[in-house]
Amino acid sequence: MAVAPRSATGPAAFKRRGRFRPGDTVLYVITLAAALSGLVLLVLIARELLTAAWPAMDRFGLDFLTTKAWDPNKKLFGAASFIFGTAVTSIGALLLATPISIAIALFLTELAPRGVRGAVGVLVDMLAAIPSVVLGLWGILVLGPFIVNTLAPALHGTLGFLPIFSTKPSVGSNVFAAILILTIMIVPIISSICRELFLGVPQELKDGALALGATRWEVARGVTFPYARAGIAAALILGLGRAVGEAIAVSQVIGNNVAIHWSLFDAGDTLASRIAGQYIGADTKLQINSLVYLAVILLVFSLVVNVLAQIIVRRVAGRHSAA
Amino acid sequence: MSARAAPDLFRSERIRRRRAVNLFVELLATGAALLAIAVLVIVVASVAKRGAGALNVDFFTKTPDFAALPGQPTGAANAIVGTAVIVGLAILMALPVGILTAIYLNELAPKRVANLLTLALDVLNGIPAIVLGIFVFVLLVNGHGQAAWKASFALAVLMLPLVARTTQEVLALVPDSLREASLALGAAKWRTTLSVVLPQTLGGIVTGATLATARIAGETAPLLFTSSLAGNAVSYDPREPLSSLPLFIYTSAEQADPKLHEQAWAAALVLIGFILVASLIARAFAARSRQRLAGER
Repeated sequence: MAVAPRSATGPAAFKRRGRFRPGDTVLYVITLAAALSGLVLLVLIARELLTAAWPAMDRFGLDFLTTKAWDPNKKLFGAASFIFGTAVTSIGALLLATPISIAIALFLTELAPRGVRGAVGVLVDMLAAIPSVVLGLWGILVLGPFIVNTLAPALHGTLGFLPIFSTKPSVGSNVFAAILILTIMIVPIISSICRELFLGVPQELKDGALALGATRWEVARGVTFPYARAGIAAALILGLGRAVGEAIAVSQVIGNNVAIHWSLFDAGDTLASRIAGQYIGADTKLQINSLVYLAVILLVFSLVVNVLAQIIVRRVAGRHSAA
Repeated sequence: MSARAAPDLFRSERIRRRRAVNLFVELLATGAALLAIAVLVIVVASVAKRGAGALNVDFFTKTPDFAALPGQPTGAANAIVGTAVIVGLAILMALPVGILTAIYLNELAPKRVANLLTLALDVLNGIPAIVLGIFVFVLLVNGHGQAAWKASFALAVLMLPLVARTTQEVLALVPDSLREASLALGAAKWRTTLSVVLPQTLGGIVTGATLATARIAGETAPLLFTSSLAGNAVSYDPREPLSSLPLFIYTSAEQADPKLHEQAWAAALVLIGFILVASLIARAFAARSRQRLAGER
């Protein structure tokens, strides 16, 4: 981000000797107040969520993270099955999305003719613009039946010895559908960041490798990937964060089942999807507190993920601008 | 003879293999791009095919009638109006704050402060929408009841970093020579910022705001806990919960009734149509104004 400090240059020094301008002070105060809103919101979000989750945190403690049950009747709540579901769906989606996204970015930067490049890039970005609720609707009514009738029998028949394909789905709502929907959601995000990264690789380096007789793939493997390595890592982290936080589309297709199954064709649930699914059913105070506890877990995860990715991005940007 | 031919053969074999690997990877990369486009086409086509049937004048003018028989009029006018009110209010909240934030970060702030606040915006941007929904729920809704303006507030929190960051980017494109010329003529900093710098960025700000609007118009998660208990009548009052297109899709899709599914597809078609058209126009506009700014430089 090329955001240069304007006030540190000549005019600021001039202003100090110049006459007092009330308009400047007014502008400064108003814009500063607005700019602080982001920070204030972050603090407020953390404080409000911790306060609201506190009764549940106090009652269940860290056992919440290892308790499988979510039983309003017994007043027993735990996040273990949702954490498991979140891990399986987001890691599964990341595994599928990583090669596809990097391949798309390579196509857009190295292979596509100039005219095709812009059009394909826009179409891939359009995929990111489709609302999650629409993808979820498509997931239940189109993708779900396709998985049950075509994809799952094929995978179960050929790879059924693997635990992840060990059962046959009875309904379209299952973990596998959630993984596919999440993959569709994060591919455009990761590939558009990777495209920017690959465009930033100095042409001299690529030309040098090409002059030595390297093929395009060897240039990508030997020059582009190592050069963009840290940035790709940041892109994958951001994609993971997006997959973990997606609530709506996942809750539509995953089956909302409190259970830990290894087979991807069984129903499950994730942290975000559980919160979304309970928007009407949460009656007791303790259940609401427990829902907010789930949100606190998500918040902590998203803070870690984003700060980590930003640190990587800033370090890379600093290195490149220094070079 | 054979001793002389062998290395040649060996070398050409190796080159052939490298070329084959390269071709294989190139085909894979092209295939991946085609796959992404195919998924987009399949999703949009299924929405269009299934939604077009229920998309008629009634859909925009009538309210939902769940007992309607096939052929009888039913629609989602309340959801369309509700989405317009909720999103409109969110824009009113997020746009001024976002633009002022960007002005501070790009024109006035010391570098360290700007870095810190920009990081805060990026982190805010990464918080899942459902967490923002729960945040507004415990802050405003729990114990006080749902209202459309509370949903707008949740969407505004989502929109703020988007508007601020895109405005920052266009502000950074304004050439310093303009600022210097204005200051050299004796104009105050605030005057320079508001009447020289800001007008240059108007196109970029409109583009960024349109993209951000397209992004939040389809969000469901922030509305679940803030504006989901709405009636079926058309209402413009932001002090009560209003229905919305995303929630209409979400709740209709959960039902087993195929009639409701058809309505959900129609609502999805309206939503997708609005979002795709808005973001395409904004992108085309952005490409043009960026070229113009880059040309002036």
